[in-house]
Amino acid sequence: MNAGSAKTPKLGVHDATKIYHTASGDLLALDRCSLDVHANEIVSIVGPSGCGKTTLLWSMSGLHRLTSGTIRLDGKEITGPHPDIGIVFQEANLLPWRNLDANIHFPFEIKGEKPDRAWIAHLVNRVGLDGFGGKFPRELSGGMQQRAAIVRALALKPSVLLMDEPFGALDSFTREEMNRLVEEIWLDTKTTIVFITHSVEEAIFLSDRVVVLSARPGRVAKEYRVPFARPRSLEIMATKEVFDLTITIKMDIVGERVRPKARERGTAEIVRIRP
Amino acid sequence: MSGGDAIPEFSKAKSGAKAGDGHEVSLTNLSAFASGPGIRSGAEVTAIIAVAVIIIGGIELALRLFNVPHYIMPGPSAIAYALYDEFPLIAPHLGYTLVELVSGFSIGAIIGLVMAAVITQFPFAEKIVAPYILILVTTPMLALVPLLILRFGFGYTPRIIAVALAAGPMVMINAATGFRRVDSAKIALARSYGASTLQIFWKIRAPMALPMILVGLMIGAIFGLLTAVGAEMVGGGFGLGNRLTTYSSMIQMPQFFAVVLILSTLGILIYVLFFLIGKKWASWEA
Repeated sequence: MNAGSAKTPKLGVHDATKIYHTASGDLLALDRCSLDVHANEIVSIVGPSGCGKTTLLWSMSGLHRLTSGTIRLDGKEITGPHPDIGIVFQEANLLPWRNLDANIHFPFEIKGEKPDRAWIAHLVNRVGLDGFGGKFPRELSGGMQQRAAIVRALALKPSVLLMDEPFGALDSFTREEMNRLVEEIWLDTKTTIVFITHSVEEAIFLSDRVVVLSARPGRVAKEYRVPFARPRSLEIMATKEVFDLTITIKMDIVGERVRPKARERGTAEIVRIRP
Repeated sequence: MSGGDAIPEFSKAKSGAKAGDGHEVSLTNLSAFASGPGIRSGAEVTAIIAVAVIIIGGIELALRLFNVPHYIMPGPSAIAYALYDEFPLIAPHLGYTLVELVSGFSIGAIIGLVMAAVITQFPFAEKIVAPYILILVTTPMLALVPLLILRFGFGYTPRIIAVALAAGPMVMINAATGFRRVDSAKIALARSYGASTLQIFWKIRAPMALPMILVGLMIGAIFGLLTAVGAEMVGGGFGLGNRLTTYSSMIQMPQFFAVVLILSTLGILIYVLFFLIGKKWASWEA
């Protein structure tokens, strides 16, 4: 946080506050949330549902404007969508009237640029979508669709990739496969990744750091380093360290759901636990 | 411009319900573009033809058996012969009707489409205009034909105006439904690459609205045909509708039914045309 000594973070969130004005009154979604993401890092953000994870990510992308606070990319404040930031959305968010090729070329089309065919071919091969270019999204499984969405997000070679619960709708095997794919891509490109998820296991498997947000209004409650070397194997997930870390983080999240009144009385009562 | 705030947050409930996908249009609207059963084998074709032969032959046989006179109900053979024999005389009238239909429909459809695209961008204006659009949709435009004839005479003009008035609102309400299908995730996707409002319109909103636009065009064209024929029956000495009144007044029932047959064919062709367009360009939705 102290400028000068630390080097400039890749993506710096400072005192991010977001208030939604809704029909039923104002809603404080983020409250002075601060977080630095360094270059080539994978940071996961977890927290109880409704804690503002997605709001935070959309603010980082420049798609949401903060009520107050700043988002800095390489030290420069961003106020809108930035070409250096790629986004992978919840579910694949492919355009159903376009085939995969046309979906992947969409960013170039908007930018009015010629598609970088060699790079696209490399990415398509990397995620295992060779030969599927002519298929329409509805003809593909959820995992395949999300692979295409990852290619699309990386098409313009962003230096930051924001992923908003990208695999939440997938079955657990596909999910593990996709997690390994993200790691492979990271090993390949070293793109800085911010990953929103509600799966603590997924966060630990992927991340260098796991950031736990508090219940609404969202603030950074805890932060954990995940020290394991890459590439990580599934066996790592079965070790005592990972198990302990998982439990610790889950308790952090669940702890946020303890009723404040009950906490004062010293008879903590858990309202609801969602695995 | 509070562009950033225009995008609501995506709750998990929404993604869980798969509502953000743009597939929420009801089946009744789009079933027209569903792939349909399709004919698979020669046996099916044979069965279809056999049933047709039985029905048509049965009618012919029954009419002859009970000696039903031609001026009450002509048999299929008499209608077929009248169609063949009278077609050179009917053809020009088919041409007139098509001129009215195509020009009136084009005018109405273009105005309807532009209005739908513009009005859906301004929800407040939409609320103000909505009741009038509803009046336009629900009023049978045939009712205005006598008035239009009074003002514009017995030529093409009143008919083309009536067709445009019938088709335009139909196109508009359906297209507006299409344009209103905002999928904020897809718009956010485009915006994340810095898309302009115009790019968002052409690359996201318009393709997303296309299935509904096609439904609107199809309904508009059918309503246009109804109105054209109706207007021709009200006044003026040409067009298929005029043929209907003429033949019936002269009790030339085979010729009358020949015109009816042409009209049903026209209606079916309109349906098939938009069905094929929908299959080609909007099948992603079905």
